[in-house]
Amino acid sequence: MNLLADAFAWLFAPEQWTGPNALQHLLAQQLSFTATAVAIAALIAVPLGWAIGHTGRGREVAVAFSGAARAVPSFGLLVLLVLVFGVLRKPEAATVTFVILAIPSLLAGAYAGFEAIDRRVVDAARAVGMTGAQILWRVEIPLGLPLLVAGFRSAVLQVVATVTIAAYVNLGGLGLPIITGLSLRRYEVVLGGAILVALLALVLDALFALAQRAAVPHGIRADQGHPTGRRLDPEPAAPATPDTADTHP
Amino acid sequence: MDWVSENLDLIGSLTLEHLRQSVIAIAAGFALSLPLGWVAWRYRLLRGWVITVTGLLYTIPSLALLMILPVVAGYPATSETNLVIALTIYAIAIMVRAVTDGLDSVDPAVRRSATAVGYGAARRFWAVDLPLAGPVILAGLRVTAVSTISLATVGILVGVTNLGYLFTNGLQRRIVPEVLAGIVAVAVIALLIDLALMAAGRTLMPWARGAAPARRSAAEAAS
Repeated sequence: MNLLADAFAWLFAPEQWTGPNALQHLLAQQLSFTATAVAIAALIAVPLGWAIGHTGRGREVAVAFSGAARAVPSFGLLVLLVLVFGVLRKPEAATVTFVILAIPSLLAGAYAGFEAIDRRVVDAARAVGMTGAQILWRVEIPLGLPLLVAGFRSAVLQVVATVTIAAYVNLGGLGLPIITGLSLRRYEVVLGGAILVALLALVLDALFALAQRAAVPHGIRADQGHPTGRRLDPEPAAPATPDTADTHP
Repeated sequence: MDWVSENLDLIGSLTLEHLRQSVIAIAAGFALSLPLGWVAWRYRLLRGWVITVTGLLYTIPSLALLMILPVVAGYPATSETNLVIALTIYAIAIMVRAVTDGLDSVDPAVRRSATAVGYGAARRFWAVDLPLAGPVILAGLRVTAVSTISLATVGILVGVTNLGYLFTNGLQRRIVPEVLAGIVAVAVIALLIDLALMAAGRTLMPWARGAAPARRSAAEAAS
């Protein structure tokens, strides 16, 4: 465990927190890659997932696409896109890779959130005279929100873990100490970087766990234990939402 | 595409390596998840704890885990054991949840009926609970298999050779077909294993055809 002590010594050394490759810059890079990719993926996947959930059409296509996207190794895709886009467009290549990584979870979260709604609730909404748009905005979206947030949670966790490999193509991020430490055989640096990434993932996971709880509409929360309420509840006991770590470096 | 035709031997042997590493991890993860998932399902008090701990394992980035494990367990990071154990841990992180959800999906009335006609706890588990939980468990296993196969490529970054070699080597030598061949090979293995699991599911669980679409989509969202 000497290595562990060395790793923490490295982490807390003041020189790690100054200069161009200071840890706070790497952390900011990691977070900005993650936020950009998940935001772009959400713009694509959430409306699409809502459309699938609302109309009940296109689900098979979405499942097939998600399955295929999950089978593609992100590490390989990143390398391929860097070669194809050229060295000057590395950040774009990395962002596209992470967007593709984030889409399946967000898509599934969006349409599964709608599908988990008790059909009787939607029928009741229609019966009291709500239009299709009203049902979408005032019934389906609020009730589907917890599972959508669960989708965001797994997308963010996958992307933030995968951004680590961006350092392999010299894009910085918290993978930098891991990759450079590996080639220099300075394992305390590798371990220090690894600890930092794992901590970041844990903090993000905890924040999303809170968001997931907050996303449950008030009426539903009071209704726990009710036979139909159960399916709408995002199972608060559930911690992480393990995803197909399809690429989870 | 000349590169591919000239290097079919290399692609073939890397594919076999890759397949071997992944299959061991998937099988080990499945075997370990059954008892863990059962414990989490059977004992309410342990449930939150088991699900939380396995869920947290999932949040550790693989590159980080591949470096931390050797330090904790004392084997070289470059060994195949390291990659297989790391992949097994991720498999468990996904599978335990699937096993628990699967056992949850069994209708309590069916379970009571089995007890009523004289099934003991052990026989009921193997003959009633497990087969009926099968479709949900299989859905989890399929997600696990595909993600394990695609995740295994990261092993090359700590020096474990498999199809990931085509990515690092292809980047260094700037050979696009080499990288593409690696991606296609990984996707093809993942697809074949997925089809094999689906076929096994149909053979072993003929009653499950087209069953429980809503539960599956919930599992996909969680995943």
